Amino acid sequence: MSKKPSKGGAPVLDMTPMVDLAFLLVTFFMLTASFRMAEPVVVDPPSSIGQVDLPDNHILVTIDEKGRSFFGITNTTAKREALIEMSAKYKVPFTEAQIVKFTGLPSFGVDIKDLPAYIDAKEEARKTFRGPSGRGQTGIPLDTITPNNQLKDWIAIGGKKAVETYNSAKATAQKKNQAFKAEKPRYAIKCAATTKYIYVKEVVKNFTDLKIYQFNLITSLEGGGTVINPTK
Amino acid sequence: MAEIAEGGGGSHKGGKKRAKKQSTRMDMTPMVDLAFLLLTFFVLTATFSKPKSMELTFPAPPPIDQKIDQVKNGITILLTKEDRIFYYEGELRPEADDKGPKTTLTELNFSQGSLHKYLLEKNKVMQDQIKALTVKHDNKQLEDTTYKRLVRERKSDKESYTYLIKTDDQATYKNVIDVIDELNINVVGKYVMVDILKPEMDMINEKVGAN
Repeated sequence: MSKKPSKGGAPVLDMTPMVDLAFLLVTFFMLTASFRMAEPVVVDPPSSIGQVDLPDNHILVTIDEKGRSFFGITNTTAKREALIEMSAKYKVPFTEAQIVKFTGLPSFGVDIKDLPAYIDAKEEARKTFRGPSGRGQTGIPLDTITPNNQLKDWIAIGGKKAVETYNSAKATAQKKNQAFKAEKPRYAIKCAATTKYIYVKEVVKNFTDLKIYQFNLITSLEGGGTVINPTK
Repeated sequence: MAEIAEGGGGSHKGGKKRAKKQSTRMDMTPMVDLAFLLLTFFVLTATFSKPKSMELTFPAPPPIDQKIDQVKNGITILLTKEDRIFYYEGELRPEADDKGPKTTLTELNFSQGSLHKYLLEKNKVMQDQIKALTVKHDNKQLEDTTYKRLVRERKSDKESYTYLIKTDDQATYKNVIDVIDELNINVVGKYVMVDILKPEMDMINEKVGAN
């Protein structure tokens, strides 16, 4: 092994493979990245051994530590139609631009009367949103006494629209003889670990009143090797 | 620094001299910098896995005039504040009567040696049966569908325990998930979330207050 005599100065290094790899990875991550808007609240779900993937097509109720509930639909068509029907029911008008913007939003947790202002607000301003009522993001009302149970209406109408959208997409695909792969909409509940269960119970009651009994509870994956599966 | 392969396409054997060697060199440092910057950004913002979830079915509210407390082989797990768990077996007896003594609560906790061990003991028979089935299945002695059916039958066996999970106002969501998780780990087939009853609430208060 003979060493080449160095000419002095910086050593020459062939970076080509490294650059190739770097760009390959950049391309991969760029293509797989899916950008989402920030959720209105950050909740830290408890961990479990649940291995079921959350279906892409779901209706989500998020409950934060203070018991505020937030509502979201993943299917944009269903979301749009649900907003139109809610708008008619609660007599809160929305402009076309607001409806379009709403379909791009993640879940929200305001009274429907504040929703137009919430949609118009800038993304950074939403965190500190107060709205015309001055109450801000107090969660979707689920008051059963007044009664002002908007959450129940959202779930009922959102669920109905999601199923309708699913069925019509399925019918169209069958008519054209195409393979149909979409999943049926499911109901998901995401809840912070420290939330009092009583708040969850209240939300679940809204679902069971609507004869919806099956849920996907979102949990983070159990870390480490602490879980022993006795069936193995 | 890095070089670009030069003299491309030249297939003349030992032909031309590489006259332009110097001019084809290019400083790739800024490009590499940028590439790694982007790479770092995308790696950090990437969300790899979809959120996982746990499927749970809540019971339908019973018809108003029907009582639901007639559960055979029931074990009631009560959750309360400070991550504490209590349980009692069988029917609830607020006071001693001719069928048996007054119900007392036993405390458990979330450590491996407590709730996990308790459920493991309670479910030993069923777990062993399922384990035997799994072994058979792994050795290809059982069809997939038969295996699944048998496991389901074992889980819904009449003699196995039904777990009723009840919480008071203070219990957190995490406790509930942990208990359900523990039941799942112990392949319990029958468990259900139920509303807490007044006497149970009183018993918890008595315990929590006393300790």
